[in-house]
Amino acid sequence: MHRFAKPSVFLRLASAVMPWAVGITVLTLAVGLYLALVASPADYQQGDTVRIMYIHVPAAWMGLFCYVGMAICGAMSLIWKHPLADIAARATAPIGATFTALCLITGSLWGEPMWGTWWVWDARLTSMLILLFLYLGYMALVNAFDDPERGSKAGSALALVGVINVPIVKFSVDWWNTLHQPASVARMGGPSIDPSMLWPLFLIAIGFTGYYVIVLILRIRLELNERRIRALQLSGIGEDAPGSVQPVYNPEQAGAGE
Amino acid sequence: MSLSRAKSRKRQRLYLIGAALLAAGGAAALGLTAFRDSVVFFFSPTELAEQSPMDPDRRLRIGGLVEEGSLQKLENGSTVTFTVTDMQHDVQVSYTGILPDLFREGQGVVAEGHMNPKGQFVAQEVLAKHDENYMPREVADALKKSGHWEEIEKQNAKNMRN
Repeated sequence: MHRFAKPSVFLRLASAVMPWAVGITVLTLAVGLYLALVASPADYQQGDTVRIMYIHVPAAWMGLFCYVGMAICGAMSLIWKHPLADIAARATAPIGATFTALCLITGSLWGEPMWGTWWVWDARLTSMLILLFLYLGYMALVNAFDDPERGSKAGSALALVGVINVPIVKFSVDWWNTLHQPASVARMGGPSIDPSMLWPLFLIAIGFTGYYVIVLILRIRLELNERRIRALQLSGIGEDAPGSVQPVYNPEQAGAGE
Repeated sequence: MSLSRAKSRKRQRLYLIGAALLAAGGAAALGLTAFRDSVVFFFSPTELAEQSPMDPDRRLRIGGLVEEGSLQKLENGSTVTFTVTDMQHDVQVSYTGILPDLFREGQGVVAEGHMNPKGQFVAQEVLAKHDENYMPREVADALKKSGHWEEIEKQNAKNMRN
């Protein structure tokens, strides 16, 4: 595990993974969306409205999955001080937040025609909203300090405390009465979704995971490059030719806009 | 020497984080258990029966299955009455307004309102609660024909008691 935490090893591994991730994502999303929106049957109760499920459920899974990943990376950055773990946690947060928001929005659009309401404060919906706030809080916190290391320490602590919310989201529908339905896939006695509807769901979940891997690699790469540039700026190069790297004040350009 | 000290400090941090997580998890569990009545979204007819007589001014939500054959339209045309059941206890509900699309006999429902002195629940809002089963119509028809449908209905009623 620690072997992969070296940026050079990670970058080599990421380059090898990238084409596979892109291929799998494009393929599964294309086939999955076709099956979900066109080829799969309508539900016996909900009719065609059921097609919202194929986005809503994988987005919810990804929201939880990304959070667990972010918390694990946060713990690794706190315990072993791996710089790459901290970068990965920071890179995961906006992706997870987007999936969580997607889940909440599609859920609201689904709730209105089926339940008869956009929103209720039941345990599942509320805990999912808290998940979104944890992501947003993490992103605000890690960037709130001048010293990035203090930011990542505070953020990792928040991510770790917030991980308690993950089982609450999952089991909220079993522990309490909710308007939200109980689990359909990860439940005792196997999925209660017909196979013709379960396959597109899984394909899109795989596609979303591939998308997460792609964006994660891109974001980590970006951050590593930015750090390298900053390190170069601070090292000897800046002394030899300050104009080549450091932005210099240019009176002609500054005056041009006035 | 310094290497092993660094290692033991890492282990220390690991244990500290583990202990902190356990403590926070325990606190969350205690809090959520203590406030169970405010976390639940609705009461089942059984829970309601345990608490009766209900304060008529208290707004609350009840949930259960709409009993088959219980839906009746009153003469004014916009008020309906139906029975909400969890297969152990029943509650009579009256409601004036538009029912959600998914409102069906035999399906889940959550109603918000208050108990009137006659023991009838007067709902101000009715929401449909669908179950966790998804299937095409043909599969549903086949299950009904083969008699497996009752298992699903029993499970739904059990979910409502929770």
